[in-house]
Amino acid sequence: MRERILMMGNEAIAEAAIRAGCDAYYGYPITPQNEIGNYMARHMPERGRVFVQAESELAAINMVFGTAVAGKRAMTSSSSPGVSLKQEGISYLAGAELPAVIVNVQRGGPGLGNIAPSQSDYFQAVKGGGHGDYHQIVLAPDSVQEMYDLTMLAFELADRYRNPVMILADGRLGQMMEPVVFHEPRSSPPPKPWALTGAKGRKPNMIRSLLLGEGELERHNLRLQKKYARICRAEQRWEERNTADCDILMVAYGTCARIAKGCIASAATVGIMAGLFRPITLWPFPSEPLRRVASSAKCVLVIEMSAGQMLEDVRLALGGSTPTHFIGRMGGGVPDEDAVLQKLRSLVRSLRKRKSL
Amino acid sequence: MKKDIYIRRRPKSLTSVPTHYCAGCGHGIVHRLIAEVVDELGIREKTIGIAPVGCAVLAYFYFNFDVTEAAHGRCAAVATGIKRVLPDRIVFSYQGDGDLAAIGLAETLHAANRGENITVVFVNNTVYGMTGGQMAPTTLTGQKTATSPCGRDPVTMGPPLRMCELLNTLDRPYHIERVALDSPAGVRKAKAALLKAFRVQLENKGYSFVEILASCPTHQRVNPAQALKFVGEQMAAEFPPAVFREEGRVAHA
Repeated sequence: MRERILMMGNEAIAEAAIRAGCDAYYGYPITPQNEIGNYMARHMPERGRVFVQAESELAAINMVFGTAVAGKRAMTSSSSPGVSLKQEGISYLAGAELPAVIVNVQRGGPGLGNIAPSQSDYFQAVKGGGHGDYHQIVLAPDSVQEMYDLTMLAFELADRYRNPVMILADGRLGQMMEPVVFHEPRSSPPPKPWALTGAKGRKPNMIRSLLLGEGELERHNLRLQKKYARICRAEQRWEERNTADCDILMVAYGTCARIAKGCIASAATVGIMAGLFRPITLWPFPSEPLRRVASSAKCVLVIEMSAGQMLEDVRLALGGSTPTHFIGRMGGGVPDEDAVLQKLRSLVRSLRKRKSL
Repeated sequence: MKKDIYIRRRPKSLTSVPTHYCAGCGHGIVHRLIAEVVDELGIREKTIGIAPVGCAVLAYFYFNFDVTEAAHGRCAAVATGIKRVLPDRIVFSYQGDGDLAAIGLAETLHAANRGENITVVFVNNTVYGMTGGQMAPTTLTGQKTATSPCGRDPVTMGPPLRMCELLNTLDRPYHIERVALDSPAGVRKAKAALLKAFRVQLENKGYSFVEILASCPTHQRVNPAQALKFVGEQMAAEFPPAVFREEGRVAHA
């Protein structure tokens, strides 16, 4: 059996990045993700790789930009207010089609908020928090093992599509400890003939997102949209639990998906058949699979640590075909199992009432 | 003589495309000087340039080597990200006064303070050119711009920011120099300063910074000949040309 190591979620991200061949890490301290930077400060230089504590989140994301320009693998991490500052850089990365990995260990907002876990940056992450028509790939882990696995995947996808990839975690996943099994990357970085390495024996390379020529920027955008469509077709990931014959389908990601998983068993003991659909890629959102799974359920319950952000994507996916309900907490509140069970009970009651009418 | 070889010939590091710069603008001269220096040091195939946001944003069309764009003000951070993973390449940023001294001041200062082994070329013409002649951090006291229509008032707008002097307070920069593009002699001095700065990086000695006072007739609101006078007299009075840091030591405070 492979060795299992007890690790904090934040450290699992850092270790995965190192094993994925991250050449440079740039970050600025912010709670609750400081363990990522601390880990990188200890382990990157000893491997001859780059660690720089940047003067700001702006500087960090632009250092990532520089390393990506040079054709090397780069990562930065932060938490909600810091990730807001990185949005400019993410837009530039998307526009210039540069691969990069950005980690957001979300905390409560808006503003300075607090340091408790939250999922209220969903819109920012999946709808394009920066300016312009772009998408980043958004991966949502729900365990320390997945913090590791999805970070490794993030580097792969970033290179494959020349696109920024975000790990959207939260303070609870970042701070909790669980056993992790390490594995090595499935592939090495692809060749990057577009990178700026000095124009030796070739024509100069140029990296830019400024396209002033007549129609030039629109053509670039059309090409980007084609790429996003390709990503949508190929990269949707999700997990299903007990979805085959459930009455109520819960939809949740990250920390809320863990709570929903706990509820499936306890709901069964009181005769409620509940299942879970857990999007792993938040962008691209697994709309078709969700519609398919939800079609056999009597209703859907979305659980989030937000005012209902993913809820909008669930409703778009279902197009009104299945009644959709919501339970959410904000500002660092985490829904507890009892509250979810109570909601499931009341949904079952109203389902029965409707049937008897 | 070697220094005259360019009189009838374009440096290899410069492309053959028409420039978008206004008549009398200093950028074209600075581009050419950088191209000559890169040629003379034989580093064209390992040079990576960073173009700013501002009038020089299109620099990547004029240089015949690898060039990337950077977000407004972030050149020094992008340069750090490149140089740290490609330490044997020559990395330089090309920035205007708004880019380097306003929105990018933090990145400029911290890259210098870390002593990044990069070269920063700072073209100071006292105005935001691309956006239509607004006040820059280096706009002279009393100078009229689109956003200081009655002249820069130091009481409400602050006096001009002197970047060489500011950077000279830091420990790590290895070479800091200011030159003025106001005459053929000034052009020669500017080339010598750039040569020195790139050589410092080539020899892995650390951070080099060259401030070039340049004309912008369009927004300095004078004709090209008067603009050179503006550079040599008014600008040079506020920003005295000098070698501030040489061989890592303070040469001029």
